[in-house]
Amino acid sequence: MTTNYQLKRVDFIFKNENDWEEVLSKNIERPSQELINELISSELKGRGGAGFPTGLKWKLSAEAVDEIKYVICNADEGEPGTFKDREILSRVPFKVLTAMAVCGHVIGAKEGYIYLRGEYFFLQPELNKAISEFEYYCKEINLDFKIKIFMGSGAYICGEETALFESMEGKRGEPRNKPPYPSSYGYMGKPTVINNVETLAHTFTIFKYGAKRFYDLGVQYSRGSKLFSVSGDTPKPGIYELELGMSLADFVDEFGDGDTKAVQVGGASGFLVPRKRFSETAIGFQGKLTGISLPTGGSMMLFNSSRSMFNVLDNYLEFFREESCGQCTPCRVGCQQLLKGIKAVKRGEKNAQYLDKLMRLAETMQYTAKCGLGQSVANSFSSIVENFREEMIY
Amino acid sequence: MTKNIKISINGVVVEIEPGTTILDAASKVGVIIPTLCYHKDLCVAGNCRVCITEIVGQKRLTAACATPCEEGMEILTNSLRVRNSRKHIIELLLSEHNADCTRCYKNGNCELQFLASEYKIMTQDFIRLAPLKKYSIDMYSPSIVKDDSKCIRCQRCVRTCVELQGVNALTVAHKGDQMKITTFFEKSMNDVVCTNCGQCINHCPTGALVEKNYIEEVWDAIADKTKHVVVQTAPAVRVGLGEELGFEAGTRVTGKMVAALKRLGFDAVMDTDFTADLTIMEEGTELLTRLKKVLVDHDEEVKLPMATSCSPGWIKYIEHMFPDYLNHLSTCKSPQQMFGALAKTYYAKARNLDPEKIISVSIMPCTAKKFEAARPEMHDSGYRDVDYVLTTRELAIMIKQAGIDFMKLDDMHYDRLMGESTGAGVIFGATGGVMEAALRTAYELVTGREVPFENLNIAPVRGMEGVKEASVKIENPLKEWAFLDGVELKCAVAHGLVNAGKVMESIRSGSASYHFIEFMACPGGCLGGGGQPIPTSPEIRQKRAEAIYAEDEGMQLRKSHQNPEIIKIYKDFLDHPLSEKSHHLLHTHYKTRERF
Repeated sequence: MTTNYQLKRVDFIFKNENDWEEVLSKNIERPSQELINELISSELKGRGGAGFPTGLKWKLSAEAVDEIKYVICNADEGEPGTFKDREILSRVPFKVLTAMAVCGHVIGAKEGYIYLRGEYFFLQPELNKAISEFEYYCKEINLDFKIKIFMGSGAYICGEETALFESMEGKRGEPRNKPPYPSSYGYMGKPTVINNVETLAHTFTIFKYGAKRFYDLGVQYSRGSKLFSVSGDTPKPGIYELELGMSLADFVDEFGDGDTKAVQVGGASGFLVPRKRFSETAIGFQGKLTGISLPTGGSMMLFNSSRSMFNVLDNYLEFFREESCGQCTPCRVGCQQLLKGIKAVKRGEKNAQYLDKLMRLAETMQYTAKCGLGQSVANSFSSIVENFREEMIY
Repeated sequence: MTKNIKISINGVVVEIEPGTTILDAASKVGVIIPTLCYHKDLCVAGNCRVCITEIVGQKRLTAACATPCEEGMEILTNSLRVRNSRKHIIELLLSEHNADCTRCYKNGNCELQFLASEYKIMTQDFIRLAPLKKYSIDMYSPSIVKDDSKCIRCQRCVRTCVELQGVNALTVAHKGDQMKITTFFEKSMNDVVCTNCGQCINHCPTGALVEKNYIEEVWDAIADKTKHVVVQTAPAVRVGLGEELGFEAGTRVTGKMVAALKRLGFDAVMDTDFTADLTIMEEGTELLTRLKKVLVDHDEEVKLPMATSCSPGWIKYIEHMFPDYLNHLSTCKSPQQMFGALAKTYYAKARNLDPEKIISVSIMPCTAKKFEAARPEMHDSGYRDVDYVLTTRELAIMIKQAGIDFMKLDDMHYDRLMGESTGAGVIFGATGGVMEAALRTAYELVTGREVPFENLNIAPVRGMEGVKEASVKIENPLKEWAFLDGVELKCAVAHGLVNAGKVMESIRSGSASYHFIEFMACPGGCLGGGGQPIPTSPEIRQKRAEAIYAEDEGMQLRKSHQNPEIIKIYKDFLDHPLSEKSHHLLHTHYKTRERF
């Protein structure tokens, strides 16, 4: 990351969506390859957290040969500390619907689903209204594309794409073995594009203004803007759209309360950055941070000096212990051991060196867990124990 | 044909077909990768993570069972990273497992114990989680004991119950640390659709699912001098028992088994094969009677196809899943229950014994037989017809406990009266065997000629295909069976309840028109039963099947109606098939059960 260390607010996502009909009708006239190229040149990466290049994702599904394909919008926003997808779906739903339909046009899918987080049931009536209006317009322009909402039931793991498919198929929400990947074997075993809500909203921007407007934002490898859900010890919690590539120090200057001790970037499955690392940490896909998190990127939790990092970690692990699907050994048992382990150290039942054993265990979890959930528990665990070891013991 | 790909495993280059998993590729070059959740009978789950391997250049480790090889992959199965991670995973499993090994029924035959021993896990660094959870042991089923504290959540039992059996009694519930293998509403195994087939036991790597054993009860009975203890051995036991006692899979140990049973102290050692022959007489006659009632009398009460009723797992399955088809079941009891009813009547009378003093034990490849013996219907002798049912595994335990050097035993013969059998009785142990035995006798009964297959081997009903079909055209029958002239007798054979379900669905939809169907609950028939030695696999079942058919070929008499003791029992006791006495002792009816 070279330039652009200042904080730059951007306003794309929530900008008016009144022209969605025009964007839709124009873009479904464009050849599939042209749209894919547009996306690839924008360098948009998945905003759910994993940061997979969106253009490539669509390309792979477009190339898969099958009569039936699906587009799925992942709105199972479950990462602790993130609340941006809810806002997108309630404020600019047509952007997401339009993007889904364009994606359907690109890959050859006639059906789309919005997998809506169980706790977001209150969004359903408005969203359904938008969908009927949208489908009415599709009929008018002779576009054969239907969108349905699928309500999740509240399991965090169902934000993992293959667990989400299983859940939609009426099965227990457990991640599948990969390969095969969704682009060839997704929902119902059919080629499927599954994108985060925000990713889809960004494609709207790209299709509307062209790739360049998007590409010009951000820095190398981390192009464009991103929504951040800012919470914790901050005088101005909320959702902010910022250019990628900013330094964490700038971020804390803007959002901190003057006493920021650490920032959790990327939710419970992300990393904790202590004060001494603020200036050397940048937010983007290259800089190790945002995006390595699991279901939803963009969670920024600020902690000031009144917070015990032991309690923070305890809270995260409590969350993972409960939200692991329980399928694979490293995640199911590992989470229990990490949680019980730090408590035992705190109570003096295990010596401080036990933390080192737990660090190695976390590393094993990262290498061996079946899905991103288990693999990313080590992120918060290791970064907190490493940086606040003393708080873990005393 | 697709081009082979080249990969290297621990530096050894190997060419394999595309799509081969790392696990299979490794076994080709003589590299063993440990597994737990993987089983050859089941789909790949990839959830235990014990089989992780390192692909050079990748940060994450990869489950060998679930990952297909790609061109140029360099795979390491014993790198430091793999070793350390694998050790961690075994330690984690042990921390969650009630590792009270010396008090475990599966001690010595546990895959987790084996791994722990191989990796020399000598310390307990992690916190023991098992005692912190409130586990209870489900002991209400007469067949299966389920102990969650020993469960490692590999889901082999769930996949077995779903994929092999289509029963869905076992399922995964809850998530995270609460995740467990349980039943509908966490009811007891005794109160759900469980068919007691025991396949979950056969596929469980640990002691979480085991049979309810009656070893001590049988020892007590043997030691009780006032009791006369008779034992019967099912056809499939003789081709399985050897595996528990040091023989290769597929070794026939009939004579040694009889000798061992005598040494154990049983007062009479007789053969379920005898009542298998008797079943053929009764069931074959029932089939012909039904055919007459349907084809000639047009009796609407009588249903075709007729379904066999030898497999108690299948019986409970149809009671739960297709209760509206119960009148398709043959009214014949299973050979075990026929034997039990006769032991306390015919045998008691012939030997001048007080039936109350007889304890009837059976050695079965089956756990559902334990349930069957306990059914209230099974008291036609005036007593409980079969008192104790032991699996092949339990018998092996008793033989070991008694200090019998099984390998050194000389062959012995079954005791008289109900110990004689034919090849037709033996093949009851394999899928298709009941059908084959029935056809050998029924065809001859009707036409006066042998069934038109080379050397009596009815090949179409043999083999491991899930559903098999065969038809036999009846030509020039004897005068009394003239109505069957030109009739093509259509038969089907299904093994594994998932296949039984398919056949039943095809009957319900009307797409199938059979006269007679053999159903066996377990894959491969009884030889793959839930009471047979562990491990099981398609190869092992194949070897046992070969042994069964070899036993059949080696017998002088191969048709049930030729069995001299069968001829004798009809002369002395039962009069003729479907006589009033046989109806009383050898036939029964089943009941509708709830579907949850």
